[in-house]
Amino acid sequence: MKKSIFLGTLTVAGLLAGAAAATTLEDIKARGTLNCGVNTGLVGFAAPDANNNWQGFDIDLCKAVAAAVLGDADAVNYVPLTGKTRFTALAAGEIDMLSRNTTWTFSRDNDLKFEFVGINYYDGQGFLVPKDLGVTSAKDLDQATVCIQTGTTTELNLADFFRSNGISYEPVPIETNAEAIQQYLAGACDTYTTDASGLAATRATFEDPSAHVVLPEIVSKEPLGPLVRHGDNEWGDIVRWTLNALISAEELGITSANVAELAGGTDNPEINRMLGNEGGLGEMIGLSPDWAKNAIAAVGNYGEIFERHIGENTPIGLARGLNAQWTDGGLMYSPPFR
Amino acid sequence: MTTLTDPPQESFRLSMLLNDTRYRSYTFQFIALILIIAFFSWLINNAINNPTLQSNGVGFGFLWTSAGYDINQQPIPFNSQDTHLRASVVGVMNTLIVAFLGCITATILGVIAGVLRLSNNWIVARLMSIYVEAFRNVPVLIWILIIFSIMTVSLPGPRAFRGDDPQSSMLFDAIAFTNRGVYVPKPLYEAGSLAVFITFILSIAAIFFYRRYATKLLYDTGRLLPVFWPSIAMFFVPTLLVFFVLGRPIGLEYPELRGFNFQGGIQVRGSLIALWLALAIYTGAFIAENVRAGIQAISKGQTEAAASLGLRPNRIMNLVILPQALRVIIPPLISQYLNLTKNSSLAIAVGYMDVTGTLGGITLNQTGRALECILLLMLFYLTISLAISGVMNVYNNSVKLKER
Repeated sequence: MKKSIFLGTLTVAGLLAGAAAATTLEDIKARGTLNCGVNTGLVGFAAPDANNNWQGFDIDLCKAVAAAVLGDADAVNYVPLTGKTRFTALAAGEIDMLSRNTTWTFSRDNDLKFEFVGINYYDGQGFLVPKDLGVTSAKDLDQATVCIQTGTTTELNLADFFRSNGISYEPVPIETNAEAIQQYLAGACDTYTTDASGLAATRATFEDPSAHVVLPEIVSKEPLGPLVRHGDNEWGDIVRWTLNALISAEELGITSANVAELAGGTDNPEINRMLGNEGGLGEMIGLSPDWAKNAIAAVGNYGEIFERHIGENTPIGLARGLNAQWTDGGLMYSPPFR
Repeated sequence: MTTLTDPPQESFRLSMLLNDTRYRSYTFQFIALILIIAFFSWLINNAINNPTLQSNGVGFGFLWTSAGYDINQQPIPFNSQDTHLRASVVGVMNTLIVAFLGCITATILGVIAGVLRLSNNWIVARLMSIYVEAFRNVPVLIWILIIFSIMTVSLPGPRAFRGDDPQSSMLFDAIAFTNRGVYVPKPLYEAGSLAVFITFILSIAAIFFYRRYATKLLYDTGRLLPVFWPSIAMFFVPTLLVFFVLGRPIGLEYPELRGFNFQGGIQVRGSLIALWLALAIYTGAFIAENVRAGIQAISKGQTEAAASLGLRPNRIMNLVILPQALRVIIPPLISQYLNLTKNSSLAIAVGYMDVTGTLGGITLNQTGRALECILLLMLFYLTISLAISGVMNVYNNSVKLKER
């Protein structure tokens, strides 16, 4: 009796040790859900809708990866994270990937030991001010009170921008976007600064968006993208190529509407390779042959995702700009599926 | 007559470790010790094998690199090019500022509320009960956020002070209440201000010695000198005399609306006020209960005996009850001070840059040195807590019952 308990304990301990040593992909398959770190609430990028379902540009990437890995776009466990908690959560393994408008920087890549797998939004830091403040340039903001989300690159850019222009400011550090909006609308800060896309999204939620303007200065480069931990390259590749599949799909004209039809076979060998009819790409990446097809069928191609959540026909109304396909003069460029 | 003989000495058997009460406790303590050692070695082993830690190593070199961020409330000058270490020191000072202000205010509030809660006036006693119960039973984080939100929403922004017919105006043309904080005049020291200061300190010393003399005279000869009015006179007259004779060497710099904000004067930021008030009111409710307990621990006979000597209620409280009650009040008061200091780490909720906000927040986040930052934070809070209890224990020893 006692012996069996002892052996049982050993077995459980062994299983636990085995589970800990498994790769991220195996963990996700065993768990049946993808743990995806997202913003605590930024309309258009990641926010729960009226039915408490998460919606947004960053959310759709989580869905695409879940569809590619598990074949089910809804098998995602969304973990809302603030700017401060996101990296700890990823480093500690609480989440499998972080899709939370996070800027790719040298130190995050090398010092924090993360792997940025690509860029899904080329952004820059801007300033939002009320129109009646009478400010037309960020350089007029001498001695202004600036609301800023703490734990972000914007905090450092802000210090650099004001220092290089020889003007002073008073920072008001804020934890989440919601608190920042409260402070900004109450006039406790003169301006709110974060990524220009975030400002546009925030402005769209105001009662009177036209009373506020985003200043023309973009003071930094903020390439936003998904990231994973160092150390599991196979998993990093899966997220990277899921993103690339969405971008390539737009270039190749694959949409959520025609993907099923195209998967039946086409004259374009790259489409055939991507959708699993030729070349055995799925096997190479350790997924089923129809992984890319599942991802595109679930959320559509990159252009569809953009237009659905943050495009010009949404309240947020962002133009494609730098985020257009390279064929249209933008920077979105996926390596070939070969 | 019976004879008592010692029972025969049993030799030690292994089963006695469980069955014999003399040894049983040792057995369990030994098992507990082994388990604790195993637990901590598992934790340490876990940390050593942590892949992030293995690749990054443990080092405090990051403290000497440039911080790159700005801090709004700076007790010592700080800019974004200063080191993370200096940012941490700024944070430490901000923590100490709010803890100091909070402890003093909480003590004043607590003593008043505690005494009034025992008042014979029904309404006053009930009001104080409501204060204690309302504040003690709602988490302090909620109070911090409530006070901060009320300030942000209800107070006007600086823009409301602008124009010929502004919506808001400054109190006495000197103090501005805005949703960014309260701006108060700042003293300006010119030549001769030192003389005013010295006069002021000398008059404080004079008051002290006069009161000592008055007490001594009372005990020696029974003659009662007036104390209150002479003290007030000594407090104000010499200092004001020197101040005006020297041609008003201490001026005031008034806050004034320039650009986006009020400039000049001292800005007491909304985040500091919210944190300070919330911590003081919350902890004050606990201190009120300590004070009440301390007073009720003194037997009613003491009050009655003092009253039969002809002392007035006010003097009974000050001369008889409170000095004895202090012995009961001080030890729990120490832990309230410690609680307040540690609760000040909730500062980040309102963007007050205390040490948890700088070292444990932005520095940790920008450098990714979680283990080191948290270790330093633990060390700081441990040191400051031990220092507070050290000081308070010295005070406790001076008021506690001296047994001979």
